[in-house]
Amino acid sequence: MSSPAQSRVLILFAHPALHRSRINLAMMDAVQDLEGVTFRDLYEVYPDFHIEVSTEQELLVEHDVIIWQHPFYWYSAPALLKEWMDVVLEYGFAYGDEGRALHGKKVMSALTTGGPVDAYERAGYNRFSMKELLAPFDQTAHLCGMKYLDPFILHGVNQFSPEQVTAAAASYRQRIQELLA
Amino acid sequence: MTPDFLFQAVVYLLAAVIAVPIAKRLGLGSVLGYLLAGVVIGPSLLNLVGRVEDVQHFAEFGVVMMLFVVGLELRPSLLWRLRGPILGTGSFQVIATAGAVTGIAFLLGQPWPVALTIGLILAMSSTAIVIQSLAERGVLNTRGGQACFSVLLFQDIAVIPILAVLPWLAHTYGATPGEGAAHGHESALAHLPNWAQTLITIGAVVAVVIVAHYILRYVFRFVAEAKLRELFTAVALLVVAGVAYLMHLVGLSAALGTFIAGVVLAESEYRHQLEADVEPFKGLLLGLFFIAVGAGLNLGLVAANPGLITMLTLGLIAIKFAVLLGIGGVFRMGGGATSLFACALAQGGEFCFVLLGMAGDQGLLKSDVSGPLSAAIALSMALTPLMLIVNDRLIQPRFAKQTTPKEHDAVESHDHPVILAGFGRFGHIIGRLLQTNGFGVTILDNDPDQVETLGRFGLKSFYGDASRADLLEAAGAAKAKIFICAVDDEAKSLEIVDLVKQEFPHLRILARATSRSHAYGLISRGVMEFRRDTLGSALDLGTDVLKALGYRAHRALRATQVFRCYEEESVRELAKHFTSYQDASYISIARQHLQNFEALLREDMKRQHLGNEDAWDSAGPPKDG
Repeated sequence: MSSPAQSRVLILFAHPALHRSRINLAMMDAVQDLEGVTFRDLYEVYPDFHIEVSTEQELLVEHDVIIWQHPFYWYSAPALLKEWMDVVLEYGFAYGDEGRALHGKKVMSALTTGGPVDAYERAGYNRFSMKELLAPFDQTAHLCGMKYLDPFILHGVNQFSPEQVTAAAASYRQRIQELLA
Repeated sequence: MTPDFLFQAVVYLLAAVIAVPIAKRLGLGSVLGYLLAGVVIGPSLLNLVGRVEDVQHFAEFGVVMMLFVVGLELRPSLLWRLRGPILGTGSFQVIATAGAVTGIAFLLGQPWPVALTIGLILAMSSTAIVIQSLAERGVLNTRGGQACFSVLLFQDIAVIPILAVLPWLAHTYGATPGEGAAHGHESALAHLPNWAQTLITIGAVVAVVIVAHYILRYVFRFVAEAKLRELFTAVALLVVAGVAYLMHLVGLSAALGTFIAGVVLAESEYRHQLEADVEPFKGLLLGLFFIAVGAGLNLGLVAANPGLITMLTLGLIAIKFAVLLGIGGVFRMGGGATSLFACALAQGGEFCFVLLGMAGDQGLLKSDVSGPLSAAIALSMALTPLMLIVNDRLIQPRFAKQTTPKEHDAVESHDHPVILAGFGRFGHIIGRLLQTNGFGVTILDNDPDQVETLGRFGLKSFYGDASRADLLEAAGAAKAKIFICAVDDEAKSLEIVDLVKQEFPHLRILARATSRSHAYGLISRGVMEFRRDTLGSALDLGTDVLKALGYRAHRALRATQVFRCYEEESVRELAKHFTSYQDASYISIARQHLQNFEALLREDMKRQHLGNEDAWDSAGPPKDG
């Protein structure tokens, strides 16, 4: 545990095929050792999708900032993170009249996409902006009384050179450090 | 058992027990320890031993066993890969060394048949000392180690034609054979015509291969089913002794014959058990052999001609060393491998004594020549461990960087990361899963039937009792990472776990538990990675039952998953209280626990949104829209 003034950051990481992702491995390595960060590799903890709701809720309560880190699969999160939302953000805990456990916390998406940045606009082949596509995450946070921060996005990661991977991981580390301050 | 025999046994064992640990602690290696022990108890110093030659002949069986064990570790495919080095490096070494020594002896005034005899004799190196020293260093599988081994193997083969050529040389020289010539090294086939001898010799080798490959497994199985440990040891020794005797009958090298038998058996499912059984005998006899070499060192002769014998010894080492360096260069072995190769093989060997004896019998060598030579050979053997130490400490570090990556390949081919004990109904599923995912697994089972049945389906395992440290050692436990204990006998399983924890603490143990009490036993030993063998499949069938009762598939799976979590937790919790099933306090705690368990379970099921529609629909703002 760090000093009380510091924020505590919970990174909920969802990647079903980590052995094939250079960039997410590098990002993971870049932030795992930071003091005040709890890194939770959901596919490692729940390979059978059987999420322990109470454990996850306790973790949420203990932290100030939540990061959803994942590759942007079909304009959304890999299935396990969606499952996590479905079962952990319960009525009476995360929302509803009695559900105030998450009020005042912050949420940020940390994403990697295969498509280049200019694909995510009206004229691009993905037709919608990232802001539009991330509306469900934004609204989920909002309903739970949390502030949805500007997302950390790495576009076109499949074409990254090793140097770009290193640089991107360093910038992710810096963003998390800012959130810890 | 005469008192004299006991006295001799005490002397030899005592010498070994005192000298070897000291030598090891001083970093000199076991071989030098044995040799020094031999010198001390030998006729020249304390003179505590009787006829050294008898002991040496007996102990040569240790060399034979050593080659059997080396063969067991060498698959035929690997041997085939070494055919180049064996024929190339090996023949080069024998011919070049023999040529150089012959030339020098001739220049020193020996007639050419005598010079050639000396050359051929001194071309031999010591299989026993070299292999033992290299194995102790763990470098037998490196490039330099394999080159040494190839040369030694070629020498073993070369002894046969050399033995055949000596009488011819004697005849050319016009020597008169001494009394010994008629017996000793002649084979039982001597009276047959040459073609028949050749046929029978080849037939004997083929017979060894066929019997070892096709028939021995039935013998091993028959013996293993008797479930008497010492009987399997007996059959292992019988194989070695039998092959050695057969080879002796047809005039071949016994070491070569057992080596071939070993290579053939390297593919067998009994390989690790054979190795574990022969190993201690091999070690002791080899030690005895080294002691005998040390004791045979005639210090009196050395003291009488210090100059001559020093020159002979150093000259012998220098010539062999130079030739070996040359071979390393010609075959582009690289610096590190060449220096190991040259330091390891620059000595005379045990075959030299055999050949010297025969050359003497044939009248080729007078005792004024063979005496000093014999002393020089023994001294060069004693100096080998020292040369290897110099190589380790001073020479190898310079090459360390270049040689490391190369040397890994060869070793990895038979070092599996996983050892699986128990290849029955449970273990074989794990074994297949790992193998289909491309992981090397060394599998042990102590039921010969099971090993053979699964072998017929192409699933390779080894017969052996995993509760023996030596067997685990032979199966590569020192280099493995994971140990799976999948045997079904509870007591045996815990015995194996204790053994592995004690002897190979680096291994991560994953275990099968056959019952709750077995699970408690594992927990009390700190093995937390276990699975109860019926739980998984019972829950699978339970899921099917829930589906049959009308649950949708996912809900049934969820119900099972929740149940499983509680069940796993409950075992670990109750383990803290378990003493026996008769213990009243355990029973009451367990009952209480079971009631809580069910209450908690029901609570949790309510919580699962997919399991309870009420909680999902009735409350608050609809999350789903």
